[in-house]
Amino acid sequence: MTAALGALGRPVLQAVAAVGRVALFAASVLGHILRPPFYLRELGTAVLQIGWFSLPVVGLTAIFTGGALALQIYAGGSRFNAEAVVPSIVAIGMARELGPVLGGLMVAARVASSIAAEIGTMKVTEQIDALVTLSTNPLKYLAVPRVLAATLSMPVLVGVGDAIGIMGGWLVGITRLDFNSATYLKNTVDFLEPWDVGSGLVKGAVFGFIVALMGCYHGMNSARGAQGVGAATKAAVVSASVLILAANYVLTEVFFTS
Amino acid sequence: MITLTDVHKQFGANKVLQGVTLGIASGTSMVIIGGSGTGKSVLLKCILGLVRPDAGQITLDGQDVTAKGQSGADRDAFLARFGMLFQGGALFDSLHVWENVAFRLLRGPKALPKAQAREIAIEKLRRVGLKPETADLFPAELSGGMQKRVGLARAIAAEPEIIFFDEPTTGLDPIMAGVINELIREIVVEMGATAMTITHDMSSVRAIADNVAMLHGGVIRWTGPVSEMDATPDPYVQQFIHGRAEGPIASVR
Repeated sequence: MTAALGALGRPVLQAVAAVGRVALFAASVLGHILRPPFYLRELGTAVLQIGWFSLPVVGLTAIFTGGALALQIYAGGSRFNAEAVVPSIVAIGMARELGPVLGGLMVAARVASSIAAEIGTMKVTEQIDALVTLSTNPLKYLAVPRVLAATLSMPVLVGVGDAIGIMGGWLVGITRLDFNSATYLKNTVDFLEPWDVGSGLVKGAVFGFIVALMGCYHGMNSARGAQGVGAATKAAVVSASVLILAANYVLTEVFFTS
Repeated sequence: MITLTDVHKQFGANKVLQGVTLGIASGTSMVIIGGSGTGKSVLLKCILGLVRPDAGQITLDGQDVTAKGQSGADRDAFLARFGMLFQGGALFDSLHVWENVAFRLLRGPKALPKAQAREIAIEKLRRVGLKPETADLFPAELSGGMQKRVGLARAIAAEPEIIFFDEPTTGLDPIMAGVINELIREIVVEMGATAMTITHDMSSVRAIADNVAMLHGGVIRWTGPVSEMDATPDPYVQQFIHGRAEGPIASVR
């Protein structure tokens, strides 16, 4: 009986401790964002790595998702003669949900993994210790620029993804579903409200923060050796993805239910 | 003067340091010897504050460096007095060689202009026997011996008073090891720096040390001038310096 309770309690305690450690890590990263020194060059590199180089993957994800969405909504809408909703539902679906969530997940796969692997390798090869001996706070030098870059870049990526996704729906709409191009675009614009897009951008910023935070946290806590770095990378991607989906639900609940 | 008094550190159930007491006078070169896994690196990291000891006191010129209340500025001032050569070099692979060497010079309140920092970096690279062309390479493009030299150049770039060397010759061929040993000795003497080296390479010990301390079983087994090392009757030291399989130190650890 005690053994069974212990087996149940141990993972719960471990989970609570992990949540606490991540929260403390997040708090200290946030605390360092506003205090000098600021590493602007590192921030620039991080924006390039995280934002700019993620554009292709986010764009490709968006265009195919927008296209598939148009096909599905057309198929569903035709069951009760509501094919005309395709443009507006594609736009709302992309802007509110699929743009930020799929964009976030793709960036999690691309960025959380690379941050965790890079920082994890730095930890294993004593580069983090070397930073400390050179009077440089690793949190400030490594984590802050990445977290800031991801938080600032993700809304831009989401915005671009939204536009490309809507374009994907439009392309499928006019080539495969017999929509008139002008009508499709007019319907998209008329029914899309600013907050549909705005809420998605806010979600994007939160997801960007989560992605970089998980990458840095798991990298800095990487165990020794190649296996340790591998495990850290995996943990970063898995935790970032799950947290994105959980945060998405919470944000949707906050934004759209009153 | 660096003084360690009764320093303890354990990781989980593994008691690594069990009361280390040691003094290193300013301007002298101390070499700590001991087998793998005896806690030499931990001892070094305790002094630098990379690892917090569980008990005991570590002072630098009479000031307690393990105090919890040390502010960020105090810590920066403390670390600014140190240079360290890491075992694997620990060069930042995203930065050019010269940016590695000039890392400290380019940052902080006393940051130098880029051109000047680069000039000093190239000068330090020359000091450790590397050509100026090396400056614009990335660490991954260098051989192990060259990486060690760049690490050495980085450690001395800001003219530190105290330099730590973590196994400076491990992984090098005997000739390169000899070259690095000689460089360390020259640089330490010429800078008048206090040096602390950890190694298990006896040729290193004889080339670098003024004083030697042997760490075994979590305590300093023996310490004295390098000239007295060969004559000491201590069976642990004798077994270690002659590399015998038979003796008080268990060969299976």
